[in-house]
Amino acid sequence: MKLIDSFRDKEKVDILLKQIDKLNIKDKEYRFMEVCGTHTMSISRFGLRTLLPENILLISGPGCPVCVTSQGEIDAIFDLVKNNDVIIATYGDLLKVPGSNGENLYILRSMGFDIRVVFSPLDVIEIAKNTDKEVVFLSIGFETTTPPSAGLVKQLVKENIKNVSLFVMNKTMPKVLDFIANQENVMVDGFLCPGHVSAITGERLYEPLVRSGFACVISGFEPVDVLMSVKLLMEQVNKGEFWVENNYGRVVKRNGNELAMKLMYEVFEDSDAYWRGIGVIEGSGLMLRANYKDFDAMEKFNIEVDYSKSLPGCRCGDVLLGRIKPTDCSLFGNRCTPEDPYGPCMVSSEGSCAAYYKYGG
Amino acid sequence: MCLGLPGKVIEIKEFSAIVDIAGTKREVSTMMLAENVEVGDYVMVHVGFAIAKMDPEEAEETLKTIIEYADEID
Ligand code: SF4
Ligand code: SF4
Repeated sequence: MKLIDSFRDKEKVDILLKQIDKLNIKDKEYRFMEVCGTHTMSISRFGLRTLLPENILLISGPGCPVCVTSQGEIDAIFDLVKNNDVIIATYGDLLKVPGSNGENLYILRSMGFDIRVVFSPLDVIEIAKNTDKEVVFLSIGFETTTPPSAGLVKQLVKENIKNVSLFVMNKTMPKVLDFIANQENVMVDGFLCPGHVSAITGERLYEPLVRSGFACVISGFEPVDVLMSVKLLMEQVNKGEFWVENNYGRVVKRNGNELAMKLMYEVFEDSDAYWRGIGVIEGSGLMLRANYKDFDAMEKFNIEVDYSKSLPGCRCGDVLLGRIKPTDCSLFGNRCTPEDPYGPCMVSSEGSCAAYYKYGG
Repeated sequence: MCLGLPGKVIEIKEFSAIVDIAGTKREVSTMMLAENVEVGDYVMVHVGFAIAKMDPEEAEETLKTIIEYADEID
């Protein structure tokens, strides 16, 4: 698409870098957190950190749903597969996430368990229609990905399909942003706000952050988008005035996608959620509403999740909160590589550790 | 996982549309789109759902603004 080429254009990148240079107060440190895994990947892939002056730091946040899923839930999925005659339907990203004893869905599949990769929740319908077995969909993701899961549930009701259930691991952004903003030892000046989450939630998601004194710019994912957003964040910081700036107007509308939000909350309701390496954040997760409980895999299969589990030595929690860089983890690059990942931040293509490993800081 | 991809609408059905995403044709659900889409429109696609209609004029606008900065710098 021609549009994308224009957003990768070197001339425009140069112009933005000069602008950034002009705005840059050199004895100051600018610390911006990119919340979204796709930003992390794009920043690394295009080497944007190395293009920026040294005192402008881009810190990766908890934006990849695979990375923040708790170890207990991952292990519970494996138990479910091994102890029941089910078909697992999942997004490809989850295949290589390691369990506490080193196994993953990929390995289980090669052992003969029925694990299928889907591109859309709606693919689950076709699978279910062609089997008598129970199909369990691993429902994961933030506001962008949850409405499609809700769409699946509605469709199941409509077509009276009973042999599908959802293993719900969905989370939402407001409370975790709050959590990061109120941490004691993380100094962030502003947020590079996730483009596609915002396409659903709209700008209001960031209003509390702005009120607490953080710069917020909603950003697209191309190099020009990211650099322009950095520039806009610097302007707010230099002025000491904060507002929600939408620098992804080609996709994000002020009120977001109200239809999608409505769909999501028709099927799901807020609940507490456990974030890997972080712990419980009240009201940061989603669960199926009472009238859709028939589709809850946790209830259907009596699944108990042990949330106290963690991977010894893995520092994903600190990476996700911007406390350390991936390279500061002692397992980085030796025990933990994308070919043989130990922690989830190295597994997902959107994970910070994987991005640092593949493209450098 | 949450990669959104822009696709061009080439055919419209009742609750879905066929879109061309970087040369690959896919059927995507339009159940999450409040506004009407027409053949030729661009939509942002995520896990098989169109999540937003894209605005090419806004895109052009962003690019134009950047070029205008160029004069400011010199
Ligand atoms: S390098 Fe591996 S073990 Fe260390 S934080 Fe990253 S994913 Fe976890
Ligand atoms: S689109 Fe959403 S879920 Fe996907 S990487 Fe960005 S913030 Fe994370």
